[in-house]
Amino acid sequence: MARLPVRKTYKLYVGGAFPRSESGRTYEAEGQNVARASRKDVRDAVRAARGAYPGWAGATAYNRGQVLYRLAEMMEARASDLAAVCSGPAEVEAAVDQVVWYAGWADKLPQVLGGTNPVAGPYFNFTIPEPTGVVALIAPDEPPLGGLVSRVAPAVVGGNAVVVVASELHPLAAIEFAECCATSDLPGGVVNVLTGLQGELAPVLAAHMDVNAIDLTGVEGDGAELERVAAENVKRVVRQADEQSPWEIAMFLELKTVWHPIGA
Amino acid sequence: MAQAPALPGGFELPLEPRLPRIGSVDAVALEARAADLAKRSIKRESKLFALDLAVRMIDLTTLEGADTPGKVAALCSKAVRPDPVDRSVPSVAAVCVYPNLVPTARQRLEGTGVKVASVATAFPSGQSPLEVKVADVRAAVELGADEVDMVIDRGAFLSGRYAKVYDEIVRVKEVCGRTHLKVILETGELGTYDNVRRASLLAMAAGADFIKTSTGKVAPAATLPVTLCMLEAIRDVHEETGRMVGMKPAGGIRVAKQAIQYLCVLHETLGVAWLTPDLFRFGASSLLNDVLQQIRKQKTGVYQSGDYFTID
Amino acid sequence: MSDVAKRGTAVPAPLAWDYAPAPEARDIVSFEARYGLYIGGEVVEPRSGEWYSTISPATEEHLAEVATARTEDVDVAVQAARDAFENGWSSLRPGERAKYLFRIARILLERSREFAVAESLNSGKPIKESRDVDLPISAAHFFYYAGWADKLEYAFPNRSPRPLGVAGQIIPWNFPLLMLAWKIAPALACGNTVVLKPSHTTPLTALLFTDVCRQAGLPPGVVNIVTGDGRTGADLVRHPDVDKIAFTGSTEVGKDIQRAVAGTRKRLTLELGGKAANIVFDDAALDQAIEGIINGIYFNQGEVCCAGSRLLVQESIYEQVIAKLKRRMETLRVGDPLDKNTDVGAINSREQLERITELVASGEEEGAEIFQPSCALPERGFWFRPTVFTNVAQSYRIAQEEIFGPVLSVLTFRTPDEAVEKANNTAYGLSAGVWTEKGSRILWMAERLRAGVVWANTFNRFDPASPFGGYKESGFGREGGRHGLEAYLRFD
Repeated sequence: MARLPVRKTYKLYVGGAFPRSESGRTYEAEGQNVARASRKDVRDAVRAARGAYPGWAGATAYNRGQVLYRLAEMMEARASDLAAVCSGPAEVEAAVDQVVWYAGWADKLPQVLGGTNPVAGPYFNFTIPEPTGVVALIAPDEPPLGGLVSRVAPAVVGGNAVVVVASELHPLAAIEFAECCATSDLPGGVVNVLTGLQGELAPVLAAHMDVNAIDLTGVEGDGAELERVAAENVKRVVRQADEQSPWEIAMFLELKTVWHPIGA
Repeated sequence: MAQAPALPGGFELPLEPRLPRIGSVDAVALEARAADLAKRSIKRESKLFALDLAVRMIDLTTLEGADTPGKVAALCSKAVRPDPVDRSVPSVAAVCVYPNLVPTARQRLEGTGVKVASVATAFPSGQSPLEVKVADVRAAVELGADEVDMVIDRGAFLSGRYAKVYDEIVRVKEVCGRTHLKVILETGELGTYDNVRRASLLAMAAGADFIKTSTGKVAPAATLPVTLCMLEAIRDVHEETGRMVGMKPAGGIRVAKQAIQYLCVLHETLGVAWLTPDLFRFGASSLLNDVLQQIRKQKTGVYQSGDYFTID
Repeated sequence: MSDVAKRGTAVPAPLAWDYAPAPEARDIVSFEARYGLYIGGEVVEPRSGEWYSTISPATEEHLAEVATARTEDVDVAVQAARDAFENGWSSLRPGERAKYLFRIARILLERSREFAVAESLNSGKPIKESRDVDLPISAAHFFYYAGWADKLEYAFPNRSPRPLGVAGQIIPWNFPLLMLAWKIAPALACGNTVVLKPSHTTPLTALLFTDVCRQAGLPPGVVNIVTGDGRTGADLVRHPDVDKIAFTGSTEVGKDIQRAVAGTRKRLTLELGGKAANIVFDDAALDQAIEGIINGIYFNQGEVCCAGSRLLVQESIYEQVIAKLKRRMETLRVGDPLDKNTDVGAINSREQLERITELVASGEEEGAEIFQPSCALPERGFWFRPTVFTNVAQSYRIAQEEIFGPVLSVLTFRTPDEAVEKANNTAYGLSAGVWTEKGSRILWMAERLRAGVVWANTFNRFDPASPFGGYKESGFGREGGRHGLEAYLRFD
């Protein structure tokens, strides 16, 4: 007799754990029951991200690079699982390679994005990039895995903690990806994944006063209403411009300039 | 650096209630503040006031190996009546000479109100045994000096032997008795503003009536930032103890414009209470004639020539 | 004085040394009776038919009549900028663009005294600041960005930088010409054309600047100046043919602008308010820290977005710092902006004076202790004494809201952690100051302060090569340095 397989329950990924939605709701996508996150789940996810942020931002760049590389290893190990919930092995391979590519940026950003500034006076002056804080990402529908990874990797490598709203159409890749995160050395709360209805979740994140930036890449239409509410705390509103580049990382960074006199 | 002790451990300071925090000095910000104050624009009657005050604050100085009684006598005449044409110009504060010339100056200045200042303590290097320095001071006092300008032992200071520096000043002060003591730090040899501040506090703690920047034999001599640094130390001592210590920048102050800049720094750091020759002096020689020219220009509106002012 | 007497000294100190007035010559600048709008290289009458009077805040005297641009005027200005962009400027050889900017820099230097006097007259800031800060840095800004104009490929390797098109720029009244330079220089260097709206209360140096454009031979329409009020700015923000909005001003208006451009894909940079902490540790070089505190909050009457308006003092030196601070405040010379010895000038407008007055009243009501030096204030004009509040709780309005005036709130802390926590406990994040002699602590603090500019053992320094801009509600985007170019470029 054939063995009955153990099925996966697709849950949220918040603070390093896999809770159900506090609302108890699910919705059906890709033939599965998927958690339908609520406003309160958004609140919890932002709280988890804010809690994880200082540790992640304060980790050495070398360490962040290593952890992201470990994430790529975990993705490679689950390649067949990931391939099953996206367009196939090619997409998975590209996504893994992209994580590796971004992992290598961790300890090079200040050299490429920052620098010393030759001011006209007896001062040493330098500019360094720093993470902006908690970033909300509205993941694009396509490609299911690649689209998500192309937003999460640049946001996270710079030291931010993220709350991802998974594609409403293709949430399974996001959950599968979250499971990779959970088995990598990414501290809990650095990546949080919410599945559910974009129309419900995105406005809550856009309005959330403890979210520093929002990426609207996955939003249909002009996103005007989201941008409007995002203005309440002067959020950085960004959209993907390039397949992959250090400037995609820079979107989620602040620049800090420090002055100090030079004198004996 | 900031918390490094400027004085040896367990060292008892005689200043009551306590010495100000030694702290440190930021060079760039200090120089920026001095440069800012140097841009004050002093005009008309306030300028005339400053020029008159500058004359009254000058220690007219000659410290040459070639000094003779004749030279000093001439200088004393100039000190008493700097501008024979304009009787309203006051006398300078003092004439500053080597001990050997004190009797000449004493005789020339008797009854004029102009003081006799003498350098001492193996001026300008201070590199002699203490007993030699003490004898030097005693001689100057006995010859009739009203004021003694001593030098600190920079070698001792820079090698961290602060107690030696301190003890020497105390000793010299004892010998001076009622004679006014100015302590020359020779800031041009101290290397940093931190050291200038420490030496200032040390000298004041040891009993200096005045602290003075320079001998005039070392470049750089007085500068505006160094003076500001020392005035801030004086201010701190005053705030902590109520004691008012005088200040004397010396060397390199050659024109009236500079003198006014120093007076602005003084005024805005210590207030009007210090605008008296009792608490501020300029150690200078060529400054006087430029101030005289400026006074006459201020009064007549006409730019002046050196030919109309006696060289000494 | 008793001390002097005790020592038996003879010469009493004077009661005062009042500096005689030292006014900068005003006749170096002459204003026209009326200033139209500067559109397409010409001065034109406003289609709106509206004019208003711009004054000197120090005396309330009328200086000139200035046009109010309304929707139709803004439209014409944007059209002129578009024409100039399409028909020449964007395709001009970058090296030629650079030379125009170099020319502007040189002309500004040549005419700097005239501009400084005009700036002080119209804004109320002391001449020593317009002369020594605003003008030299404005000229330097043009000089700096001139050099970038033909080197953009090296600033952004592999990115093919291209100009955006027409930039709409809205600037505040605290540094009228300097903010103009911060906006126009990088925009032009990158090949854009601009429509700039100066602040309602301080239009005159921008209008004088049109003559610099003329002298530089700048092609018509590359720089357009539309004067007016908030409505003019709103028209510019909403204009569909504007590709980029750059705004410096209040956080409140900044949010309105961000809302207004929502969904349009217009590029936006915002440089907004601040409530900077100036943190003094007990090992700081104290007298210089005092100067830094003074400069931090009384520079330009405290009308500075990055002003060090919250002083955080380590408790162990609190009394000493306050005593030194009060003593120093007594030496501040408040008065005629044109007097070369003035340290603190006039408040920019009646409206601003009312806001300061209201917030200061709230501080007193909430229980903070107020100190103001005894300086006399002129009778006419808008004036406010340098003010410091002690016994301030973090929750008081004066510790939370941007006052934009010469008002300092003093709080205390015990440990570096507490200092960071208090400093960051605000919606703003523009700047911060740290005073300590300990190198490792400076870097530790600098790493943790959530602010775009950290001044360590200094404050309120600006340079064209140094990027400036905020975190959090202080805005986004950087002005100055290589980073300042990015706001005016797109990448193919």
